[in-house]
Amino acid sequence: MNKAVIRWISGPVLRAVTRDPFRIHEAVGVGSKGLLGEVIRMQDDEITVQLFEDGTGLRPGDFVQGQGMPLSVPLGPGLLGNIFDGLLRPLSGENRDFLVPGRFDPPPGRFLFASTVEPGRILKGGDPFATVRPLNRAASQPGKEQLCLVSPERAGEVVWIAPAGEYTDEETVCRLRDGQGREVELAMRHAWPVRRPRPVTRRLPVGPPLLTGQRILDTLFPVARGGKAMVPGGFGTGKTVLLETIAKWCDADVIIYLGCGERGNEMAGVLDEFPQLEDPRTGRPLMERMVVIANTSNMPVAAREASVYTGITVAEYFRDQGLKVALMADSTSRWAEALREVSGRLGELPGEAGYPAYLSTRLAEFYERAARVITLSGENGSLTVMGAVSPPSSDFSEPVTIQTKRYVRNFWALDRKRAQARFYPAIDPISSYSEDADGLAAWWSQEGAPDWAAHRRRFLTLLEEQTRLERMARILGKDALPPVQRLTLLCAELVNDGFLRQSAFSVQDRHASPRKQIRMMGLLIRFMDRAALAVADGVTVERITALSILRRLQRMGEEIGDEEWERFDALDALLESDFSALAAGGEEKRS
Amino acid sequence: MTIQADLYLENAVTRIEGPLVFVRRQVEVGLNDAVEVIGTDGRTRLGRVAAVDDDFMTIETLDSTSGLSMAGTRIRLIGEPITFALGPGILGRVFDGVGRVADGGPPVAAHVRAPIDGAIINPLRRAKPEDFIETGISAIDTLDSLVRGQKLPIFSGGGLPHNRLAVEIALHARLRSGKEEPFAIVFAGIGVPFDQAERFRQALEEGGALGHTALFLNLASDSSAQRLLTPRFALTAAEYLAYQEGRHVLVIITDMTNYCEALREVSASHGEIPSRKGYPGYMYSDLATLYERAGRIRGRPGSVTQIPILTMPADDITHPIPDLTGYITEGQITLDRKLDRAGIHPPIAVLPSLSRLMKDGIGPGFTHPDHPALANQLYAAYARTMGVRLLAGVVGAEGLTPTDRLFLEFGQRFESRFIAQPEGARSLEESMAVGWELLKLLPDAELSRLSDEQIRHHLRQGGGAS
Repeated sequence: MNKAVIRWISGPVLRAVTRDPFRIHEAVGVGSKGLLGEVIRMQDDEITVQLFEDGTGLRPGDFVQGQGMPLSVPLGPGLLGNIFDGLLRPLSGENRDFLVPGRFDPPPGRFLFASTVEPGRILKGGDPFATVRPLNRAASQPGKEQLCLVSPERAGEVVWIAPAGEYTDEETVCRLRDGQGREVELAMRHAWPVRRPRPVTRRLPVGPPLLTGQRILDTLFPVARGGKAMVPGGFGTGKTVLLETIAKWCDADVIIYLGCGERGNEMAGVLDEFPQLEDPRTGRPLMERMVVIANTSNMPVAAREASVYTGITVAEYFRDQGLKVALMADSTSRWAEALREVSGRLGELPGEAGYPAYLSTRLAEFYERAARVITLSGENGSLTVMGAVSPPSSDFSEPVTIQTKRYVRNFWALDRKRAQARFYPAIDPISSYSEDADGLAAWWSQEGAPDWAAHRRRFLTLLEEQTRLERMARILGKDALPPVQRLTLLCAELVNDGFLRQSAFSVQDRHASPRKQIRMMGLLIRFMDRAALAVADGVTVERITALSILRRLQRMGEEIGDEEWERFDALDALLESDFSALAAGGEEKRS
Repeated sequence: MTIQADLYLENAVTRIEGPLVFVRRQVEVGLNDAVEVIGTDGRTRLGRVAAVDDDFMTIETLDSTSGLSMAGTRIRLIGEPITFALGPGILGRVFDGVGRVADGGPPVAAHVRAPIDGAIINPLRRAKPEDFIETGISAIDTLDSLVRGQKLPIFSGGGLPHNRLAVEIALHARLRSGKEEPFAIVFAGIGVPFDQAERFRQALEEGGALGHTALFLNLASDSSAQRLLTPRFALTAAEYLAYQEGRHVLVIITDMTNYCEALREVSASHGEIPSRKGYPGYMYSDLATLYERAGRIRGRPGSVTQIPILTMPADDITHPIPDLTGYITEGQITLDRKLDRAGIHPPIAVLPSLSRLMKDGIGPGFTHPDHPALANQLYAAYARTMGVRLLAGVVGAEGLTPTDRLFLEFGQRFESRFIAQPEGARSLEESMAVGWELLKLLPDAELSRLSDEQIRHHLRQGGGAS
């Protein structure tokens, strides 16, 4: 083990002298408490260390211990369903109301292990060798089944594998003999350096949509599996609620929820709510497919910088098991600010708005780790990344928003006006975009919506037209607009109210299946067509506004649940009868 | 070697620069240890060890260094970070900005000593805030409800009645369960003028609340470095009262703008690279270490609820101070100058106000099952009103459709009957009744946030407008 002695310390940076061969970015433990840090600079016999924890009480003469490897995290079966800090140290444990700096070693978890290989089998890096299920003390049945993977850097012939049974995740459960004849011990978990992307066999183009259950996303601004999306929005526009809602209802197998520099109470909310919710597809608790990484805003800044890499490394680990993984990062701006703070402390030349010049590179590296891949073991896996951005003063021209926009394909801009009217999700349909959408029409076609692309285009054009007409109405007055344009405004309002608005807190409405979305979209398109015909026939817009179907369409998202198709059929019938009555009434008047 | 407490260093100062004092050391000190710098003038200045190497240490003083000399200055080493001695006797007392008794009374009997930087609450051990607090203010109770353990700032401007609002909340705040639970107020005045501090004390006294209040006053005339400590002392007291004494503590901090100004001043004196508008890049993290000290902890009876008040420079909500605050706190109550001029009190600007934790404290089991829908509909209708007003400003009310004219009427009544409370505090039921009454003005087709059942039950029963 490398050792050094502290000579100087100020805030979270210290310098220490050593004669041992430390390496740059090597993880270190500092002082008697073993505070975590990282070597960030070396000169002659002196190393500079950045602390991930509060160094109060450290003094010259204290020791710095090298760990022999870059900042790494243990990846294994103990992750799912649990909550960790930014360095992937579990936050669970008895009597830990307050976090104190220093090492914390909770007792290792116990797991049900069942091997899937026999001695003699040749394993390469990334191959699965067993299945494993966590044993929760509280739950009556074992948790979700996962795979045990050989670390991507190990390989060899199986010489021994443990019989099925209960083990901790640290115990050796398998021994390999590698190419040089050396024996390699495998446990259920293995360490991986967070700043290094995990290797894959091959990257694939983005795949079918990641269904979020949110109509405005799935229908207007979809994201594909393996894609990347950003959610910029000022404070109070609903970034966190949107990401949480996606975390709850999207159709990924594993969710990594990364709270980066955000609120402690929000994390408490997640931990309170998620275990009570059921995954609509599997019927099991939603928490079982989650890993929560909580680096709240009052935790040390350097750990915040690392937490983003921790999160994406964990996400890649599950992707390597051949799963659909989604990562929500809330918020990447706090991470960028941590970069700025650390850079400032090192005296680096600042770039725009004080951010380091390498901000753009770091963002690119992070978002590039989102992908659909063939894993080392030949499976299909995907990692979709959604990052919140918190632009200061809601100014979308600030560096983090601009630089992120260069690397993501989907842009979900949150709008303060909508949020203030409590119109959620407050995604602005005018400035948002989805580059993934074009590739997804075929998927929707298969789902029974061959017109999806055309209808989507119509909605978008309609909403665009609304902005233009409202500007005009501001000058002329709404009464001065011709009926056709007033109808456009009415339809746009209806699409907003009846389709785009979706309550995250209503049990019926919080999640919409693709089929429900298709039905709702179809009804609205039909309404638009019939209303346009009626207006062309001379029916006034006021009479259309008075139709009973209008209010039903406004509220159908909340009133009609998934699977209640006969109620959608009833709406179809009501729409027909309303417009027929309108036509009949119009003729009476004319005669 | 162990820490040596109560050691004095003499004639060891080698350099003085702004608030920083460089000292040769022959003894062991740790990072962030508290020290006292005693000048030949006899004044004691609190400081802490900001950097330390083999031979020297850098002390950051929290008072002015003016009057210090190289010779004769003594440094007392405390041997641990700055702490605050606390006991139940802090209630009813007045302290200065650094926790010294300032009401001429005897010192407080200390039960515990707690470091003023506090400890980070384990997010896993936090209890979710969900106890609805009734403030007596319609706009808050109905539309932006406050819950225990929340941090809900008031974004105000110079000359607006934020302090009056804070006192009203402090005096009326109660749980709806009606259960008597021990309650306390911690008030921290940061850089406040003396008369304002006095007015606050008086209002609490008249309201009968002074006995369960601890006041921390950093006056405008005190040093700016001390301003950085005032909220930390106050929050340490609040945490003691909440987690050791089991009280529900409401912390009112005014004015956070003065705190941020002091932060900028101190950062500049350290020669740090400034970020937006000269404020340090770490202002977000620094503010978070204060605001995040609100909350509840599982298995402990008390809670810390924060109402920080800040005055937005030039009423600009995009200024770094309100902007960064809004990103950390769980919503904000924004005050509006136009409403204030129109004589509406409390002048709460509803649209830019928000309470993020509201959803956890209202609705079935907490307040009224239809409370969320009512709040939603009022918000939607008032937002629509604002759009109509804009339109009316250009084309005149004549150019509006009949429905739009209804919204103008709704907006006017909303402000004069719902937001304004000339009669004083209202119960939640009274507030909600006013809200339903206002919605009767609007036709069904405009009430898309309400279900048919809600419309029938609350709006159309007594034969109101249809």
